[in-house]
Amino acid sequence: MNVLTSHVRNYQTAPVCHDIQINGQLVGLHDSGILWWPDESLLVVADLHLEKGSSYARRGVMLPPYDTGATLEKLAGVMDAFDPACVICLGDSFHDADGSDRLPAPYRAMLTTLQLGREWIWVTGNHDPVAPVRLCGETVDEITVGPLKFRHEPVEEIGVERAAGEICGHLHPVARVRRFGRSIRRSCFITDGTRLVLPAFGALTGGLNVTDRAYATLFNRRQFSVFLLGNDRLFPFTASRLVGD
Amino acid sequence: MDAALLPNRFQSWFASRGWAPRPHQLQLIDHLTLGHSTLLIAPTGAGKTLAGFLPSLVELERRGKRKPGQPGYGIHTLYVSPLKALAVDIARNLEAPVSEMGLSVRLETRTGDTPSHKRQRQKLNPPDILLTTPEQIALLLSDPASDRLFASLKTVILDELHALVTSKRGDLLALGLARLRRLAPGVRTIGLSATVAEPDDLRAYLVDQPDANKRALSHVVEVSGGARPDISILESQERLPWSGHSSRYAIGDIYRLIKAHNVSLLFVNTRSQAEMLFQELWRINDDTLPIALHHGSLDVGQRRKVEAAMASGALRAVVATSSLDMGIDWGDIDLVVNIGAPKGASRLAQRIGRANHRMDEPSKAVLVPSNRFEVLECQAALAASRRGDQDTPPLRKGALDVLAQHVLGLACADALDLAATYEEIRSSETYRTLDWETFERVIDFAATGGYALKSYDQYAKLRKGKDGFWRIANPKIAQQYRLNVGTIVEAPKIKVRLVRSKADGRRTPVGRGGRILGEIEEYFIDQMVPGDTFLFSGEVVRFEAIRENEAYVSRAKTENPMIPSYMGGKFPLSTYLAEGVRAMLANPSSWDQLPGQVREWLEIQRDKSVLPTRDGLLVETFPRSNKHYMVCYPFEGRLAHQTLGMLLTKRLERMGARPMGFVANDYALSVWGLGDLSLLFSSGRISLDELFEEDILGDDLDAWLADSSLMKRTFRNCAVIAGLIERRHPGQEKTGRQVTVSSDLIYDVLRAHEPDHILLKATWSDAAEGLLDISRLGELLARIRGRIAHTQLTRVSPLAVPILLEIGKEPIYGEAMDSLLEEAAEDLVLEAME
Repeated sequence: MNVLTSHVRNYQTAPVCHDIQINGQLVGLHDSGILWWPDESLLVVADLHLEKGSSYARRGVMLPPYDTGATLEKLAGVMDAFDPACVICLGDSFHDADGSDRLPAPYRAMLTTLQLGREWIWVTGNHDPVAPVRLCGETVDEITVGPLKFRHEPVEEIGVERAAGEICGHLHPVARVRRFGRSIRRSCFITDGTRLVLPAFGALTGGLNVTDRAYATLFNRRQFSVFLLGNDRLFPFTASRLVGD
Repeated sequence: MDAALLPNRFQSWFASRGWAPRPHQLQLIDHLTLGHSTLLIAPTGAGKTLAGFLPSLVELERRGKRKPGQPGYGIHTLYVSPLKALAVDIARNLEAPVSEMGLSVRLETRTGDTPSHKRQRQKLNPPDILLTTPEQIALLLSDPASDRLFASLKTVILDELHALVTSKRGDLLALGLARLRRLAPGVRTIGLSATVAEPDDLRAYLVDQPDANKRALSHVVEVSGGARPDISILESQERLPWSGHSSRYAIGDIYRLIKAHNVSLLFVNTRSQAEMLFQELWRINDDTLPIALHHGSLDVGQRRKVEAAMASGALRAVVATSSLDMGIDWGDIDLVVNIGAPKGASRLAQRIGRANHRMDEPSKAVLVPSNRFEVLECQAALAASRRGDQDTPPLRKGALDVLAQHVLGLACADALDLAATYEEIRSSETYRTLDWETFERVIDFAATGGYALKSYDQYAKLRKGKDGFWRIANPKIAQQYRLNVGTIVEAPKIKVRLVRSKADGRRTPVGRGGRILGEIEEYFIDQMVPGDTFLFSGEVVRFEAIRENEAYVSRAKTENPMIPSYMGGKFPLSTYLAEGVRAMLANPSSWDQLPGQVREWLEIQRDKSVLPTRDGLLVETFPRSNKHYMVCYPFEGRLAHQTLGMLLTKRLERMGARPMGFVANDYALSVWGLGDLSLLFSSGRISLDELFEEDILGDDLDAWLADSSLMKRTFRNCAVIAGLIERRHPGQEKTGRQVTVSSDLIYDVLRAHEPDHILLKATWSDAAEGLLDISRLGELLARIRGRIAHTQLTRVSPLAVPILLEIGKEPIYGEAMDSLLEEAAEDLVLEAME
């Protein structure tokens, strides 16, 4: 799986976005993997998977306990840059249902600081189907703002009204590009203009290639674009230029 | 011992065969009788295996039959082999003398393939002689009943010891031996080995090391020589290629050699070379000689078939990689052909030893160099063989990831007393320098992951009890350990299945398909798009699709496949042979033994440029099609060169020379760029001494490692062996494709937050010895200090041609991933603007 060095770097984030339209609404994609909607001062982030390390450790696989810290630090950098009035976490914010309960005190404090002075919405996900314990913020299954619907898992149909304007996570999209006999695999946004899937933001989150059949119920074959995360910019590609894993 | 003192049955058995016991076989019995562990060094065909077992068979004969009602004796002798197949083969060969002599000795094998009911039975009712592998010993030692199982163990026989000790399996075995010595005090070890450079290393490996300052050695029995092998270098009438590894030019010569001999074994260095050679041979095989293919990617069933056909004499030739380097007896091979570079003197000797398993007849071998540099290498190997010189690597220092696995296994068997365990581990030669602090950190790692942030104490796998002993926290951990034991971590592989093509005008999706051809590394398939062709299992196939963890391929009609570049099999040139090659280049009077074409090549080099000296470094610079090239000739092997190339490009970039890429092979290294390197060097703006300064192994290396895929691959192996990443979890089978946590991400997080972590330490020492070959690079930089000669040329030199020809064939390094993406993304812009 590929390098996401950006995940462990201390971020000097510049709030420069790549503007696209989803369901007619202009929004910005950022190379940190978040979505920014300037009109609403709304920042959206997907699949934080906090406490993934400790979730594994519980069953005897001692992954490094630094994932939560790394993810939150990166999130803090993004918050600094955008200073949003509202934040939506698109589900799987914690790796398991007890995750928020296990959150060590310093991280809990860090998260609380990030939440200060802004609206915070936890969308539930398959990993964290319940509201986080002892944390601020509102918990919802999904939420609609203007033409956009924010939910964790996308609706498995193409071209239906329910799916129009859908902003989701869940799939951890990555794409692979071949160039001069070398292949480069990165996390990415994937969109067809009516819906958008965000890359996973968490430090230890792997990915699923966008050529996988799991995407076939969401996007028409070859009629989508991806935006690969680079170090200070996004790299756009059309579906035809991508290869599978 | 006098042969007359052998028990009667043995004497009459030898007599019935028309044999007499050989002196070294009797000597070994003497040493063992006195309780001495012994190393037996002998060439192939010397009856090494029988020599190893005779002392045990004699003892077992004297012990007599167990009377009804008497308790079982337990395992008397453990035989350990590096190959499963070898253990099985030896068991079969040993059964004959045992039954012919009428000995009541039970011998059984135990490998990964042994059914579980048989394994259970072996624990309850153990055989007298158990033939097995290092992994199985680790498994047996993790059993709470291991103390009873091995209490009466008398002898451990380690076959092909020279091969076992060069890898992490050797570390695992060393730790196992240390434990066996504790369970069965007085146990004797027998090492069976081919000739090696440092026999004392193996002698020390075999015995307990009670004294930290003085190395204890086992006894040794050495069987000298055997007949001197008859080795020659192929003299072809064809034009010798400048570069490449295909040896296509010599195909006709090789075919004539096969025809002139009964059974030939053709060794190549990589699986892709094996595929190519096999294909080429069949193309000209007008006599339809039975020629087969054998390499590690082929389906096991197919390999067994080839092996059986070989043993029964049904084949005239087998094209093989190192998968056939060792062990099993293949009947009457009368010729070994080594195609490509020998890479090492001892390696070559091993391969040649596969011909003619009778030690008093000379083995016959022909070396086929595939390019001009390889001619020099073959000459150096030939000279080494005449002198009987060896270049086996020195004994490894025990790896920490293996130690982490081992201590967890010990804890599964019994409560651990740390101090006693530490002493036990240090009593093995491999781990004698382990310090207490590192040991404690390994224990800490095995218990909770060993992180400075002590957040996992509540989930600890090992816990210290009130009595001061360490125990596993719950029985599940033992189960987890057993599923993940072993030190062989293979690159994730995918099965290759043959199907009918959808390109043949059919519109149906790819059919359900036929037989499995074998397995191929996933990363190789990753690079392919449907329609790409490659050679596999001796056929040209077209990649169709990936379905359910299998790669579907169909038969292709094309003649020119894209040849698979499988990983593995690319050994670097040994230091010893490299020295030989440098000496030969520096000494024109030795050139008369070289073929005319090669001599001429070197003479022109001498006229147009200069010759590399023996201990210095020649650096040539010249312009070529708008770029500037630097070529240097360290002769230190491709791994060290790749690392050096990476570091040089980084440094040149910082010095403003605008390098664009580099390519490396076993002999040379070339960096090219936009800056005028000739001018930069000759004007003194860049000093070569500074460029090649040893401090390049400091910061530059560190910066590069942060993002090196080689380092990440090494980390993955360490993490799997140490148990940080599981191969399998109870109740779920994982394949490479389904791993949910990426080892790359773990590496990044760990490196950023805990750069001193024990696993990173293990990764570093692995990489330094392995993929990065830092140790050798360090020696090179020290050697050439003050001896760098720069030659400014107007065009490419004869010696530089081979490496420049590699550009495009070998991977080119040095371009950052983001810039690649940028270029690709901009293409898209162009497309859009058209």
